[in-house]
Amino acid sequence: MTTNETGTHGAVLADRAPEKDSPVVELRNAGKAYGNIRALHGVSLTVHPGQVTCVLGDNGAGKSTLIKIISGLHQHTEGEFLVDGEPVRFSTPREALDKGIATVYQDLAVVPLMPVWRNFFLGSEMTKGPWPLRRLDIERMKKTADHELREMGIVLDDLEQPIGTLSGGQRQCVAIARAVYFGARVLILDEPTAALGVKQSGVVLKYVAAARDRGLGVIFITHNPHHAYMVGDHFSVLRLGTMELSAERSQITLEELTNHMAGGAELAALKHELSQVRGVDVEELPEEADLTAPVAVTKEAAS
Amino acid sequence: MTQHAEPAVTSPPAPGLKDTDGRSAERSMIVRLLARPDVGVFLGAVAVYVFFLIAAPPVRDASSMANILYQSSTLGIVTVPVALLMIGGEFDLSAGVGVITSALTASMTAYQLSMNVWVGVIAALIASLAIGFFNGWMVVKTGLPSFLVTLGSFLILQGVNLAVTKLVTGNVATDDISTMDGFDQAKKVFASSFDIGGVQVKITVFWWLLFAAIATWVLLRTKYGNWIFAVGGNRESARAVGVPVAFTKISLFMLVGVGAWFVGMHQLFSFNTVQSGEGVGIELIYISGAVIGGCLLTGGAGSAIGPVFGAFMFGMVQQGIVYAGWNPDWFKAFLGVMLLGAVLINLWVQRTATRR
Repeated sequence: MTTNETGTHGAVLADRAPEKDSPVVELRNAGKAYGNIRALHGVSLTVHPGQVTCVLGDNGAGKSTLIKIISGLHQHTEGEFLVDGEPVRFSTPREALDKGIATVYQDLAVVPLMPVWRNFFLGSEMTKGPWPLRRLDIERMKKTADHELREMGIVLDDLEQPIGTLSGGQRQCVAIARAVYFGARVLILDEPTAALGVKQSGVVLKYVAAARDRGLGVIFITHNPHHAYMVGDHFSVLRLGTMELSAERSQITLEELTNHMAGGAELAALKHELSQVRGVDVEELPEEADLTAPVAVTKEAAS
Repeated sequence: MTQHAEPAVTSPPAPGLKDTDGRSAERSMIVRLLARPDVGVFLGAVAVYVFFLIAAPPVRDASSMANILYQSSTLGIVTVPVALLMIGGEFDLSAGVGVITSALTASMTAYQLSMNVWVGVIAALIASLAIGFFNGWMVVKTGLPSFLVTLGSFLILQGVNLAVTKLVTGNVATDDISTMDGFDQAKKVFASSFDIGGVQVKITVFWWLLFAAIATWVLLRTKYGNWIFAVGGNRESARAVGVPVAFTKISLFMLVGVGAWFVGMHQLFSFNTVQSGEGVGIELIYISGAVIGGCLLTGGAGSAIGPVFGAFMFGMVQQGIVYAGWNPDWFKAFLGVMLLGAVLINLWVQRTATRR
């Protein structure tokens, strides 16, 4: 086999410059109260096409509430929520979907025993023929599913295999590819790496990057700062329902992000406690001064 | 330590079209075929058939075969929708007595109102659909297991069948309707016979195979079929991607009603009267037929063709025992052994064949 071609395998991605100026989704001082409990308060967030916005936070920090507002499961009770610059208020996930905001949940919404291609098109099947004989266009669906998955860099031997036989990471990727295919402009990923091993997390992160390179705005919810830092362009840390940090990639290091994520001053207190316990090495933990170093603290934190 | 680098992860290169992930070895054709549950039950049916060919010489007659097929068809016509329902993740314990309810409704409506029997037939269809709708609606709205809901309707129908029949006719059976208007016509549709090469074959055999063929096509080639697998496999996921779960489940229960109605009409027009106490226990045969046919009891997997062989096995055994001259009391024991055997073989085959 002798060819003079250069060794580029596969397609060359289109060299498009993402329009970073106009955000697709924007929250301005948005908040949500359940009765008299303020779950979320004063959160500002922008999602640009072709960028990954990471939302970090510990359990109970308000991450779920935030994605529920954006995906249309709940409505915000304060502030503004804009899509393409227009204020919106979704009452069902379907409305968010129609605006191109798709959510990939942790449990993925797949049917394990069904083949990959049937899962890919479930609920939006392609059909052909007049009514009494209207039938699935299996050829077209398989071809489309295969094409879309390859576009995202996912290669499967057999689209007929039940999706349950795929690894957790692969299933995430199929779910992402499905959302991309069905016209998502903004992809919300709810802790996509939470239940995965190191390698599989890497696979998922690659597809997050692939979605980004296809011009989607990605909201990446996680509590792992390392994963966030690998793909993120912008980082927002939530704590107790408010924004503790909102920083561009150029403004922050992984170390600072990790410290913020871990809860800064609280960690220092924990260090003090742990130092009372024999056998716990606290030498390597950062000093209190490092932990409380203010990094691009937003105005909202003061309120 | 500073990490002001560009994002570390870039998108992967798009792979060429011929690539595979190279992790799954090609399994041989035979192993792949055996992994299909309907192939397993087909082999089982062949085994039972061969067994009776040897043990019961009269089975070798074409007319005996027609008889066996007839027996199978009266089970199989309901087993097909019961199988679809099972793939959709639910059961129906009321299907057996539902057959009798349907026949009673048709018979009594036509006789008591002195109307054309077709009026009764339509009334029975409406009643069967209503029972199916009730079962499905209760299951979907309350979220109770269908076992409980249909156990309830099973008991209700069993009581109502007897009580209402006694109330209306003063007897446990309905009056003979064979002299009424439209009877001959209806008998042609539901209970006639065809002469094929000198052998009388009942029309139900053709209906049975036709229904199974339609069900197979619907299951594998239509949106609705896709939804059946989805609601049985993972109801919440199906709902999340926009599958109308309530519609799918309720319509499946109503399809079982249609199957029960058809067999009810067959019984009415073959025997002219209906015994109101019958039908108890048959629902379990339908369910066994579907399970032997490779439908997963918990839903999400199965076929419509497997239960055809499942029903054939039952018909074969039921008639085979008679032809072999054994005591027919053995029938149920035989069924139980077959059910367990089939399930175990299916399990074993699937575990061996699907192991990677």
